[in-house]
Amino acid sequence: MGALTDLTIAKAAAGLAAGDFTAVELTEAHLRAMEAARGLNAFITETPDIARERAKASDARRAAGQAKGPMDGIPVAIKDLFCTEGVLTTAGSHILDGFKPTYESTVSANLRDAGAVMLGKTNLDEYAMGSGNVTSYYGPVISPWKATDGKDRVPGGSSGGSAAAVAARLALGATGTDTGGSIRQPGSYCGIAGLKPTYGRCSRWGIIAYASSLDQAGPMARTVEDVAIMLKAMAGHDPKDSTSAPIAVPDFRAALTGDIRGLRIGIPTEYRVDGMPAEIEALWQRGMGWLKAAGAEPVEVSLPHTQYALATYYIIAPAEASSNLARYDGVRYGLRVPGDSLDAMYEATRGAGFGAETRRRILMGTYVLSAGYYDAYYRKAQQVRALIAGDFRQAFTKVDALLMPTAPSAAFAIGENTEDPIAMYLNDVFTVPVSLAGLPGMSVPSGLSAEGLPLGLQIVGKPFDEETVLRVAGVLETAAGVTAKPAFGGEG
Amino acid sequence: MPLDKDTVKTIAFLARIKVPDAELEGLAKELSGIIGWVEQLNAVDTNGVEPMTSVAEMSLIKRKDEVTDGNCRERVLANAPEMEMGCFAVPKVIE
Repeated sequence: MGALTDLTIAKAAAGLAAGDFTAVELTEAHLRAMEAARGLNAFITETPDIARERAKASDARRAAGQAKGPMDGIPVAIKDLFCTEGVLTTAGSHILDGFKPTYESTVSANLRDAGAVMLGKTNLDEYAMGSGNVTSYYGPVISPWKATDGKDRVPGGSSGGSAAAVAARLALGATGTDTGGSIRQPGSYCGIAGLKPTYGRCSRWGIIAYASSLDQAGPMARTVEDVAIMLKAMAGHDPKDSTSAPIAVPDFRAALTGDIRGLRIGIPTEYRVDGMPAEIEALWQRGMGWLKAAGAEPVEVSLPHTQYALATYYIIAPAEASSNLARYDGVRYGLRVPGDSLDAMYEATRGAGFGAETRRRILMGTYVLSAGYYDAYYRKAQQVRALIAGDFRQAFTKVDALLMPTAPSAAFAIGENTEDPIAMYLNDVFTVPVSLAGLPGMSVPSGLSAEGLPLGLQIVGKPFDEETVLRVAGVLETAAGVTAKPAFGGEG
Repeated sequence: MPLDKDTVKTIAFLARIKVPDAELEGLAKELSGIIGWVEQLNAVDTNGVEPMTSVAEMSLIKRKDEVTDGNCRERVLANAPEMEMGCFAVPKVIE
């Protein structure tokens, strides 16, 4: 047997069940890996004491014949956007200095209740606003992958710490959140699997809000099967989130039959964007070929409003953010910078507490919602959003799932795309439309770029049909057969 | 429509974010760039399209109108930067 950190969740669960090793041993191996990898800056807060305590409790349950299921004793990392009781929760922002929630988010509580062991809180773009994990107050995360040019790459964002931790073998799985691509794009950049479930599948309660009509939590892990296992533990109806769907959680793992014969896979014509690198186009073609060889039928579909998705997103998301982030006022939690009056205190606190990208989005959102502009920008964007969602609805009358690239390129170098905000926004061109429509989407490692960096393909499904998404993803994963590991952590 | 320095100053005040005067010019340029870019939506015919306010095709679930928690003042105040006598403390509002 190789290193414990190199196992999948499925194999680790089997090993724990067979008594090959204990949850404490598994956890200690990951704590050592986490410590050795501090240079990646994947974690904002490490929680070794909690990890050891939960691992011990897991072993005790197992010894008593009361093991809970496949997540029991599995070390995972939690994106630092999930409130965790008594543990510093920052959202990657200075303005939440010292904030220790007195409650636990529903998703992290579900994982805890399933027996998962929390290793720590992972780094992210400030308030999940970014595509490179470069806007965090706690500094950028460095991808464990090395390109042939030797320059450090971003892990993607906003769930960059989670993606880097899973890829570098610091955790067997991690939670992410995805508003416009923040699970799928870092999944693609770091060569791991990441699923954004249907809006409403996972509770948003206790997750620090960015854009509430888009935010959705999901699992990130090294295999499609692991993602299925984790999703089952995370999902479920929660009365505390009024947008959480009151529907049963299926056994996602059972959906991985490997049989996609007769499935109709849509290839959206409009995703052949100008300037798409040839290697992304080639990867997409290979992906279609793999699915066809497995018995699926590729079907050209049209999503005519695709080109307007990014502009729509960059009105709706900042508008919702400006409203959500109004709560950071220096009164109830986090940073306070004194001022002579209440207004002066608010202004000083928020001026010092928010980073450049967060400030930009709050101001943008404030502007598009302000008197006289609401109809021209916000209402217009909501209308275009309806058209984008309608495109997908129409396509899904003809097909069972869609296949497209996750991102228009491999990971960019740290320091690139920082001058022009719109250049950064373009990284999410293939993930944002899916978010606007609230659909489940998953990135699967599918190949390597010429520079030796991971590339992902994205599978998109009908609302609440994560099972088909996972089934297709499983076939894609097997056919792609990516065995490359990152330079850091890949040595096993 | 491009934003000028004064507009940025106004929205920064609306958002209660202190922006140093030296940064207004640069911000106005950045935000104008983004606004100009999102204005591509004007090319889309949205006549008669109902604005999409939620992706969840379900009516809002209502809970019973009853008290579900309370008596947790200490937990509510646990993260307050300043508090006095069991309340959040803020700079003087009323003379």
